[in-house]
Order: sequence, then C-alpha cells, then structure tokens
Amino acid sequence: MSAELVTLTIDGKEITAPKGSMLIQAAQDAGIFIPRFCWHERMKAVGMCRMCLVEVEGVRGLPPACTTPVAEGMVVHLQKDNVQKAQDGVLEFLLINHPLDCPVCDRGGECPLQDQTVAFGPGESRFVEEKRHFVKPIEISPNVLLDRERCIQCARCTRFADEIAGDPLITFVARGDRTEVNTFPDDPFISYFSGNVVQICPVGALTAKPYRFRARPWDLQTSETTCQSCSVGCRGAVQSSSNRLVRFLGVDVEPVNQGWLCDKGRFGFEFVHAPERVREPLVRVGGDMTEQSWPQALEVAAEGIRKAIDLHGPGAVAVIGGARGSNEDAYVWARFAKGVLRTDNVDAQLGDGLPPEVVNGLPEAMISDCDDAAAIVLLAPDLKEELPVLYLRVRRAAAELGVPLIDLSPRDHGLTKHATANLRPIPGEQGRVAEKLLAAINSGTSSDPQIRAAAQAVSGRDGNIVVILGRPSMAESADHTVAAAAALAASPRVRFLSALRRSNVRGALDLGLSPGTLPGRVTLDAGRAWFDAAWGGTPEARGLDTAGILQAAKAGKIHALVLLGADPLADFPDRKLAREGLDAISFVVAVDAFGNESNRRCDVFLPVTLWGEKGGSTTNLEGRIQRMGRRVSPEGTAMDDWRIAAELAFRFGVDFDLETVDEVTDEIARLAPAHLGVTSRLLGAARDGAVVPLADHRDALVFSSAGVASEFGWEPIRPGTVPDEAFAAAQTANVVEASGTGSAGVTQPGGQGPGEAPSDEEIDEITAVDESAVPDVPRPEVLVWDRAVTSPPAPPPDGYALRLVAGRKLYDAGRVTTSSPALANLAPSDVLLVHPSDRDRIGVTDGGSVRVITARGTTVLAVRGDDHTPSGTAFMIFDQPGEGAAEIIDINQSVMDLRLESLS
Amino acid sequence: MPITETRIVTKRLRDRPDDSWTIEGALASGAYDVLRTALTMTPEAIQDEQVKASGLRGRGGAGFATATKWSFLPKDSFPRYLVINADEGEPSTFKDHMLIERDPHQLLEGIAIASFAVQCNLAFVYLRGEFALGYDRLTAAIDEARNRGFLGNNILGSGFDLDIIVHRGAGAYICGEETALLESLEGQRGMPRIRPPFPAVAGLYAKPTVVNNVETVSTLPHILRMGGEEYGKLGVNKSTGTRIFSLSGLVNRPGNYEVELGVTFRQLIDDLGGGVRNGGKVKFMIPGGASSQWLTGSDEHLDCPLDMDAVGQFGVMLGSGAVMVYDDTVDPVLVAWRLAKFFAHESCGKCTPCREGTGWIEKVLYRMSHGLGRADDLDMLLDVGDNISPGLNAPFSQTTICPLGPSAVSAVVSLNKYFRDEILARVATATEVSA
Repeated sequence: MSAELVTLTIDGKEITAPKGSMLIQAAQDAGIFIPRFCWHERMKAVGMCRMCLVEVEGVRGLPPACTTPVAEGMVVHLQKDNVQKAQDGVLEFLLINHPLDCPVCDRGGECPLQDQTVAFGPGESRFVEEKRHFVKPIEISPNVLLDRERCIQCARCTRFADEIAGDPLITFVARGDRTEVNTFPDDPFISYFSGNVVQICPVGALTAKPYRFRARPWDLQTSETTCQSCSVGCRGAVQSSSNRLVRFLGVDVEPVNQGWLCDKGRFGFEFVHAPERVREPLVRVGGDMTEQSWPQALEVAAEGIRKAIDLHGPGAVAVIGGARGSNEDAYVWARFAKGVLRTDNVDAQLGDGLPPEVVNGLPEAMISDCDDAAAIVLLAPDLKEELPVLYLRVRRAAAELGVPLIDLSPRDHGLTKHATANLRPIPGEQGRVAEKLLAAINSGTSSDPQIRAAAQAVSGRDGNIVVILGRPSMAESADHTVAAAAALAASPRVRFLSALRRSNVRGALDLGLSPGTLPGRVTLDAGRAWFDAAWGGTPEARGLDTAGILQAAKAGKIHALVLLGADPLADFPDRKLAREGLDAISFVVAVDAFGNESNRRCDVFLPVTLWGEKGGSTTNLEGRIQRMGRRVSPEGTAMDDWRIAAELAFRFGVDFDLETVDEVTDEIARLAPAHLGVTSRLLGAARDGAVVPLADHRDALVFSSAGVASEFGWEPIRPGTVPDEAFAAAQTANVVEASGTGSAGVTQPGGQGPGEAPSDEEIDEITAVDESAVPDVPRPEVLVWDRAVTSPPAPPPDGYALRLVAGRKLYDAGRVTTSSPALANLAPSDVLLVHPSDRDRIGVTDGGSVRVITARGTTVLAVRGDDHTPSGTAFMIFDQPGEGAAEIIDINQSVMDLRLESLS
Repeated sequence: MPITETRIVTKRLRDRPDDSWTIEGALASGAYDVLRTALTMTPEAIQDEQVKASGLRGRGGAGFATATKWSFLPKDSFPRYLVINADEGEPSTFKDHMLIERDPHQLLEGIAIASFAVQCNLAFVYLRGEFALGYDRLTAAIDEARNRGFLGNNILGSGFDLDIIVHRGAGAYICGEETALLESLEGQRGMPRIRPPFPAVAGLYAKPTVVNNVETVSTLPHILRMGGEEYGKLGVNKSTGTRIFSLSGLVNRPGNYEVELGVTFRQLIDDLGGGVRNGGKVKFMIPGGASSQWLTGSDEHLDCPLDMDAVGQFGVMLGSGAVMVYDDTVDPVLVAWRLAKFFAHESCGKCTPCREGTGWIEKVLYRMSHGLGRADDLDMLLDVGDNISPGLNAPFSQTTICPLGPSAVSAVVSLNKYFRDEILARVATATEVSA
C-alpha cells in the first residue's frame, strides 16, 4: 500500500510526504520538529494548543500544522518572525496561569513546557495578575493525581481515555481560563490504562503515585525492556534511581503496543522490591526453613531429586511452571529436566492453558493483523482483563478501523459493545457454534441471525480472519476450545493469535517446557535424534501435564517436584486436586522469588531474580522474541532461573558450559529448530524483536532505531533509542541518526518510519550460528498441528442448573498485584454472578447467599444479578482473595453445572 | 427629513401586537401563502431566481451571501440538515429574540422554504436556553403548523416532508458559533470544530449542513413574495434589503428598528432612537455587537451609511445588527472591561490564546478601569491582542480556532485608537496620586 507522495518545502528544505498526511507528521518524519503540546501521533488531532502554528504561503493567517494536510508545492515557513511571535505568544499564554512550581514538580527536567519554553518561548512573563488557583493535586483514580494548576488543557488525557482506552471518565469542566480536567462526580477515573495519561501529559499535571517525589529525571537510569505482566510483551523503558526501579514507561513499538501500557504492567514493578521477597536460599532443617549458602542449598535440591530418580526412575520427578521466566530460563530448565533428568513430566501451564501442539502448530497471526483483518473472532477470555493492551488493539480495529468483531465469548465483556455479532455459546458448545460460523462464512448465510450477521460482515472483506484463541473459562475442559479452533482452522483464511496469559508461556511452550515437546517447536519423537546428539539424552516417552502430574502425585507416583515460579493452589483450576497432589509429594524444590501457598511446604527454596534484574529474551503471544533489560542488581543473592538449572545439572555430572545469558540465547539459536538464527546479536539489533520461525518473518526485521531519542515520557518513545547498557555491545547494526533542524533545547523525536530494512547479507551475517557445534543429524521439522481432536462430549444443559464460567480479572491474588502497593487494593472480591432472571428464579436478592451444589460437592456463595452474564450461566472470578472458583471446579468434568438453592 | 422604519420582517408583529404569534393571527396576515407558491417552484429556482437574485446576506454576523452558502452543499449527498442558529447571545443584540417570540410562524415558513430549497427533510432550531417564552411559542407554533399541514409529511400536498426539532441551549455564548453549535446539538461540549471540513460538507452528524440565522430565514418568505430582484432593489450596494437594528445604550428610545440598509448611524440614533439622552452627544458607539471595533461620535462616523461593506473603512462591521451608544458620562475603559469580562467568561477554553488571553485582558482592564493602571498596560494589551489576532486588523486574522478570541481584542484596539491619550493621562495622574 503505497500512498501518493507530494513534495513540499519547509524553510527551504524540500521534503516528500504521503498525500493527506498532516504537516506536523510530515515534518517530523523528515526530521523537522514543529513544537506541539496537544498533538500526539497516536490520537486524532484537535488543534487546541496552537503551539504548531506555521505560515503556509497562500493561506490566510497561521494554520496549525497538526490539522493542515500537506499538498503538492506547499511552501511552509517556521522561522519567520510572525510564526515565532505566535509561538512565543502561545507559550506566554500557557505560562500565565501555570504555577511555575518546577522545583517541586516531577516533570521538571523532562517537561515539554519547560523545554519548549526554552526553545521557542519568551524569556520572561508580563503577567502581573493573580494566577488561577485550584486545590493542589486531587486523586482522580487510585494511582493518578491531577494538579489542575499545572494543566495546560491540551486534552491529551481526555482524548486518550475516550479514543484509545474507551473509558471516557475524565473530561473538561468549566470554561475559559477556569477550564479544568476532572472526573464526573462520584465516578473516578477507574481505568486499566490510567497510567498512560501520566506518560503523555506534557506538563506535570498528571502524576502517578508510585513515582511521585521518588526521583529527578536526571538521576534516572533507563533500559529498554519488555513488560512481563502478561504475554502481549509490550515494549517499555524501565528506569531506576539508586538501584531501585522507580518507573516504567511505554515504548512505541508499532507491531506490539504502540506506546501504551496497562496499569498492571506500568505499576507492577514494585513487587521486585517487596519486603516479603525471598532473598537468600532456604533449606528445611528440622521443620523450619533456614538460610543456607547457595552451594549447600543446590546440593540439597540435587540430592532430593537424585534420590527420587534412584528409587523410582525419572518419571518420579516433575517440573511445574516456567512460564514466567525468560526464554533462556525455559530452555535451560527444559534441557536440565529432559536432557539430564530425562523426565518429560514437565509443564509450564497449570491446567489453564491449551495443548502445546495447538498453540505452536496453528497458522499464526500477528497482533498487527488485527488492524486489517477480514474479521476478528474472539474465542478467548476477556481481553481487557487478561491481555489489556491487546484489548486496546482489538478495540481500535473494531471501533476505528471497521474490522468486524465476532464474539464467541461466554458472556459480555469490554469489547461486547464493539462486536458485530455476539454468538454466546454456552460452555461446551463452542465447537458446534464454530462449525456453524465457518459454514455460514463459506455459504454467506445461516438460519441463526447472529451467525448470519457475522457472515455478512465478513463477506466482501479481503484478508485473513484472525481468531484470538485462549481459554474463555477455567471451568470447562480445554477440549471445547480446541474443538472450536480445529473447526475454524479448516478455513485457509483463518489465522490464530494465542491468548494465553502468563508472560512467557509462548517461550516456555516453544522451548520444551511441556510434555511431549522439545525446544524449538518439535515433538519429542521428531526431535529425539537431534537432541540426543546435542544433549546426550532425552526422555523415553511422553510425560504428564500438570493435571496428570497432580493425579500421579495423588496416586503416590511423583516423589520430587520442582515448582518453577508456579503456585498450583492459586492457578490450577481444581484446587482440591492440587492440594491432594501437592500434599502427597515428599520432596519439593521451590524456584521462586516469593513464598506462596503451594511452595510453603517445600524442602529447598532457591530465590530467583525478577524482571528488571535479569536480561535475556522473552516470547510474546504472537511468537515475537524481544529483549529484557537488566536495570538493577538482584535483591539478596537471587540467581537467574537458567543458572540454577545449569548449577543443578552440574551436580548431576553435566556441564552445560553456559557462562552468560547470551550464550544461552545463542545455543537456542543453534539447536532449537524454530529459533534457528535468533542469535543474541540479532536480538540486540532488531528494533521490533524477531518473530519465530525467523525464516517466515525475515522481511519484518528492522535494524535501525526509529529516529533519535526523544525526551522520555511525553512524545512516543522510539524503540531502539533507549540506551540498553547490558547489550550496548550487541548494537552492531547501523543506528541511523536523524538530523533535526529545530531549536536547541528540544530533543527531536524522529518518525517511526519503516526503518532501514537490512539486506539479506546483513541478516545472514547476524543470524549465523556455529554450524560446527550442531548435531550431525537432520534438523527436525517444526510441528504443524494435524487438527485431530477427540470430539468432546457436549452434555446437554440441565434446565435446573447454571453452567459455570470462571474468568480472571486483571488484578487478582497473584504476586504482582498483592506485592505492588499501587495495585494491591484494586482486586475485586468474589461473588457468583448470574442473570437477574436466574437470580429471581432462585429466589434471592443481590448479595444473598446460595448453596452451590456441584459434582464436586457443596459450598455457599453470595449471588448478584448481572446483565452481562447470559441466562443459564453463572460467572465467577478466578483467583481472587478469599474463597475462589477453584474450590468448586473439578478438572475431570467437561463443563461445570451448578445447582443453586436459596439460603434466605 | 427624518427617516422611518421599513417594516418587512417586523410588519406582522408590529401590526398585530396582540396575536402575531398565534396561528390565527399569522394566517390572517398572510402566513404560509408564500410557502404554498414556493412548493410549486423548483428548489433551483428558489435558490437562483429568488434568493441569489435578492442578494440576501446572512443576518447573524458574518454577512455571508445566503445563496452562496447553500450552493456549497455537495450535490447528491443526503441526508442533509438545516440548522437555525437561534442562540442569539451577542451582547446588545435582541432582534431574533423578538422574531421568535412574536412571529414564530414567519420563521417556520422561512424554514420550510429554506429546507425545500436545499432539499432537506429535517431542520433543527438551536434556541437560546433563556428564551423561555420563545420556546413555548415556537413549539406551540410548530404543533399548530403541523396540525394544519404546513409541516410534517406531504406538506400542502406537495410531497415534500419536513420536520423541525427545537433544541434549547444551556447558556453558552460560544454555541452561537456554528461549529460549536453543531457540537452542542450532537450532545458534545460546545467547542468550535477545526475547519475544514466546513459544515456544508460535514456538519451535523457529519452530514452536509446549512446553518442560517433566524432573521435571515425569516426574510425568505418576503423575498419570495416580493420577488428576489424586487427585494434586491431595497438597500444599498451589496447590502440589500432591510435589517433589524437593536439600538441600545444611552438613547431616548432604545429598541429594535427595521430599516432599509444604507441609512446612516445618525439617522438611526436621532430619527428612530430619539437621540442621546439628556440632549447629550455620542462619545462612542459599538456597532455590530460586542465583537466589533468601535466608532466615535464624529460626523464622519455618524454619517457613515449602514452598509455592510462601507463600515469596513472604519474597521468595524454591522455584525449582528446591534448599535450601542454611549455619551461622555461613560468611561470607555470601564465599558471595555465589562466586554472583556464577558468574553473571558464565555471563552470555551479550547484553544490557548483565547482561553488564557481573554482572561488576561479582563484582569488588566479591570485594573485600568479601577485606578490601578500602569503606564505600559495599553501597549502590553495591544501586544497580547496581537498574539490572539495578529495585525489587529478587521476583518480578523486569528491564532485561535474561532473568532471569539479576536472579538475580545476589538475593544482594546478601539481604546487605543480613540482614547489612548485620555488613558495615558489618567495613568499618569493615578501614579502621581499614589506616589
């Protein structure tokens, strides 16, 4: 899609730009900075601040560059006296009511108002009147404070809330110079995206509680990194002061997060420094956990595992977890478990995911494919709750870009109002509905009005159908989702975007932390010869997943368990089974940073480094591998997960010979078939990361940084412009310096153009692996899912029962939330939601208690009527503080039917 | 010889002071007769042979040719809307107020003709919220007109459908600016839109929209009745027809006067307004509403004809047809401050120069009018004004989105133009006293 180009001149410099683009953007892309406050390239222009006024020959007055489209032959002047006087005037106006409390303002030192005043504004003010006064900061949300005196009414925050987040909860109030941004009475700015308004505020009006008064910008050290609070993999810049993480900002990566972060990602870093973190290795001595040295603790761990293998064989050992580490962690743990211990009882998922052959073997979509898809099909949990920034992307596609949204979710959620068709299958029916949907898309018609609406919306649209595939509910078997995926995958137009939640679940599944697989998206059978040669051994047969491990443990067959950052009692859908299984295991090694309910009874606790303390790479839900930045030194003596695996392997007589995380990355690039060529050098140079398998995504590699670093925080931060000290040496590729022509004092944001596409030779050079160190057998084939499904029994709904849907909320009982003060109080409490008609039929009022009878047993819960839960189903939040859905879910049931009896 | 009013648009309400707003009174004086004829014509004929030929220019302030405005509607783009700007909020302007309260059927007939001419089937009246009686009478008139087939489906058997929605404003002057009006009508905060796109292309609900003033539309039945060319013979030069002038201030008989364009300020003030009170003389006057620059009581100014273009030689405009008259008992700085206070209060806050500049001007003028002026205040105000309205010319150039900000500068420019020495002398005295 190449837009028509026009040629124009700005201050005598000839530039070209796509016809119809706005002058301010065209100038920026050409390296010419036009000052601005209200204009933000990710939002619609409003022309309010008047900072970007320019002279255009032949046009009366001074039009704003942000709302003036470029035209052929246009002659623009920025340096003429009239333009400069207007800029000077606008800045003077902005400052007359500004409190100038820069010395106590968090923005001081990185403030666009300061910077642009120095560059374009008057030296002093002629204003001698009383300034406008407001009560100093008011809390507009639990984490965001608003100082209305500092506000310059640019509407960036209000537009973000409305246009981007879809939470229009802040708005202008009053008029003239009394205009203020505020919330509606009794309706605070409760948004999962509230932190973004702080980042894009061009003054210090909006500040975030976790960062207020913590640091001055010039004291901050910054590393570009990848967020790890979910699997979207948003790019960000993590900042520290005095070796403590203090702030996390979104970096504008076009294919992933376009600059936005959710609040969980933005404020979740606080848990890294939480006091309850385990900082030294612990070993159980006489019933109590006591601090021990690393060599002692590792020896105890190795000894316990060795004993289990010696007595019961490799199948007596299991590893649960690993989806929250880096790719390097996952790979080395897979190598240790499968290559050294030879157990295949390894699972990074906790019964809440999808089979690895489905996730890794389906034709894949990219996040950016949502923008121009023929349709987006939601076969996933509530994206707003689980993958918030993906929610923003899908919302924009549906609300702004006209992409039809077809919803197969079990109940209403954040995207419902944007959906073209709401099919609402009840749990267990997804496969059947998906078959009907596909048939309707192929034939163009259906007897079901919603399915017909969906088919009609797709007809006539080109391109692929993007299916966002996850687990819509914890209270049903994954088989139903798999069946629906298999049905949809019959169409060659359908591509899948996995919507599994845990940050590096894709990396863990890719790199062998699941039963029956080996690193690089190969099956155990296909990869055996290769990895036998490379590693010296592999498991004999396919092992157990987490549910199988817990069942085997309950039967006395698992004797040693490694909990790799996992808490089955919180995350496994069936808490009874988790409890019984864990209780039956005699030796447990916890590899974690925090104690939790599951690892409380471990024998050895090996403390690990966390995000911000470790490097390496991570894989997001679309298979994009991006770097993580190491910003602070670890708390205590915490060690990287991968290094712990290597240390343990050493105690089993195997030396992995891995010294640095880059060496691990390079071993993955050499040995994991899907990851061939994804070297540490490539990851250091690739601005937007690298998507695996690389051979299919070479065209998308960009090596140049996108323009020159802008001041953090107010203009979109360009990827590749943040110094990443740990990997500076890896930046071998050409970093293009854009040359700005603006005035001194303002750093020039460059455009996020296509960047410099590297040549084939450059890619070949940077992706080269040491072929002398690879096994002398054919490289195994990357798996493709055969769509074989065991058609799940779809029990007919029982007219007296409600079918349970269990979904997550963004803020839950997990560690990131509970150990980050900014988030800890945001978790909602749990209650059973049913349609008001069902509530009335049962005969209770909101908040009333019901006896809940399930196949599992009986419990008592509070009930509330909820229009968003379809009649015939009941919704419960999973993993909340208190009695959770996990207590009533039986993993052996295909679906969970609840009988409710009023207790009142 | 003293002039008299030329009552065309105000004829019915003057002739029938007791029932001009009722359907009976209106029908007894010929209401809707012209509509019947209009519906037998082609829309093109009304636009070209009648309205264009009449030379009718908008009576809301800008004075833009009505037929030309209509011609900007893109061909074949439907639906399209007619919006009547009845948010008359310009200080000292009170003509639409009278037309709505006392002759709503004339307005409705005009709306029907305009709608037929531009081929729209839904019209809106954005009514100033404070017009309580006007609202009652207008909505009652709509009901009556609908009952008698002048509105609704198949009007007078012509096959033409039209309905009218009356929306009451909530007290914001800015909503008289046409794009802010459209925002408000859509349920948004009333703030002007960036142009382009212009309302004719993408206006209400992003559809082609014509926004016309009450008096403009009320004139249409008379143009069709008299014939466009005949109407065009009234008035002077390119200011054809009659206009209602809202005469206020220190005159003996303030009020609305409909005169043929081309009479002079002196004739309006002396012949119709009864001259300045207490036999005084005009010290200065503000034509065109609060937004215009001022004139003085000089012969040159008083003898200037009420011609939309001729007044431009003195940097003023006829605007919304107001004339405020002051004698030498009035402090011009105090008047300027009061006007500035109005603009500062009514600035919508959208764009920086107006939001901050109007407040600043108000604060400085307050000081100046209360004995706390400084020697360089006036020059500073001029420079501040220049940052809102570069060049300080009329018609405005502006760094703002809409003309509200530059309007606030007019008084400052006028103070400097006519009273600079007086003001500087006063500051010098004040300084002496305080020293």
